Amino acid sequence: MSATIAPACRPADYRSAVKPIWCPGCGDFHVLMAFTRAFAELGVRPEQVAVVSGIGCSSRVPAYMNCYGFHGVHGRSLAVAAGLKIVRPDLMVVVASGDGDGYSIGGNHFLHACRRNVDLTYVVMDNHIYGMTKGQPSPTTEPDFDTALAPGGTGMRPFHPLVIALASGANFVARAFSGNPAETAGIIVEAVRHPGFSFVEVLSPCVTYRPDQRAWKDRVHRAPVDATDDAARAARRVMTDDGFNLGVLYRGNRPPYAPPIGKAITDLAELEREFEL
Amino acid sequence: MSADAPRASSLVDLYAIAYQIEVDAVERYTMLADQMEMHNNLALVDVFRDLARAEGIHRDQICSMAGDFDVAAHARKVARWHLGESPESADLAAAHYLMTPHDALQMALAAEQRALEFFRELLANAVDTDVRHLAAELVEEETGHVALCHRLLLRYPPPAGGRPAGDPDPPASQA
Repeated sequence: MSATIAPACRPADYRSAVKPIWCPGCGDFHVLMAFTRAFAELGVRPEQVAVVSGIGCSSRVPAYMNCYGFHGVHGRSLAVAAGLKIVRPDLMVVVASGDGDGYSIGGNHFLHACRRNVDLTYVVMDNHIYGMTKGQPSPTTEPDFDTALAPGGTGMRPFHPLVIALASGANFVARAFSGNPAETAGIIVEAVRHPGFSFVEVLSPCVTYRPDQRAWKDRVHRAPVDATDDAARAARRVMTDDGFNLGVLYRGNRPPYAPPIGKAITDLAELEREFEL
Repeated sequence: MSADAPRASSLVDLYAIAYQIEVDAVERYTMLADQMEMHNNLALVDVFRDLARAEGIHRDQICSMAGDFDVAAHARKVARWHLGESPESADLAAAHYLMTPHDALQMALAAEQRALEFFRELLANAVDTDVRHLAAELVEEETGHVALCHRLLLRYPPPAGGRPAGDPDPPASQA
């Protein structure tokens, strides 16, 4: 009897033949690289991974990957992903989103995904703008960012995703910068390995509508302290930092939500009986 | 050399490192060529494809030099930059859909200069004779690449007036 061992996948093995249409210079290219490097590092095969997304520039990620992909409804990626993970716990489920999709349209799902703590990894590419629809303010846009749609800025306090995640029960919280794909890949690896709902906020510049964000590469720095397992302490830290601290900020120890799944119905008559009132 | 750069303590380590540097360079130039293709900057597609092809030839040469040794497998173990990128990786963040051949060559020059600096430092710190010999060859090769970029830059000066004024695909921001 001979046994064959599948060769380890290279990052390129997770890429599809579809060429990204993102603007050259966009941070999302680096995040795509970080995903492929992380998956190679994790040693999972493409057919063991599902990448789920909503709508927006960042949500195009599943099309550019060679894994299972679900390009879903705006803001509903987490609902799809949670359902998928519960019925297919053998799959590694990763969700790709942006600040509009994830914090505005999908804001409610974000809260409950953190609270529910299904074993998912949620990667949000945050550029503080709606890029795909041409530059409207998003929930993380600075209050004084001046546009024709919001003259003088929205004047509204930006949403603070890391604090919201911590307050809602996310089990792993980290911040990364797209311009450091190696470091971002390492954080994604840790996020996937950590049980429960892992949230990775990636600062990913929109060079078209926020060219000022090219300067982010000079502002980011490693968090000065190690991650804590105390959510309140982590929240205080991220509320008082400059928004550019990178690294794993919180590692919780809540057990993931993994309800028992029933037997799949394969018989049509039995399925029909399920619909009887 | 950055603190997290891999160290070559043997010839096969150096093969693996040099191989990975070329693999990363091919990946970046291919991505840039694809980006330019999607944004209809056709002059740049050829430039980046040529750069990717050149780096691919170097990658294959390193594999040939290593003979039967599985360079790719060894690279996965030893040729890793955990915090930064390998030195010859073009800076994707510096790309723009209206960039010119001059911009592309400046990007390539910066990458070649980083690679040259990396191998120079590696040579300066190498103890093993075989490593020193190969590192010296790589320094010579990268020196040639830097010189080539300078020559090409003379052939492709920056366009008068900067990037093309007529933007065929302007961002229609509501700002």
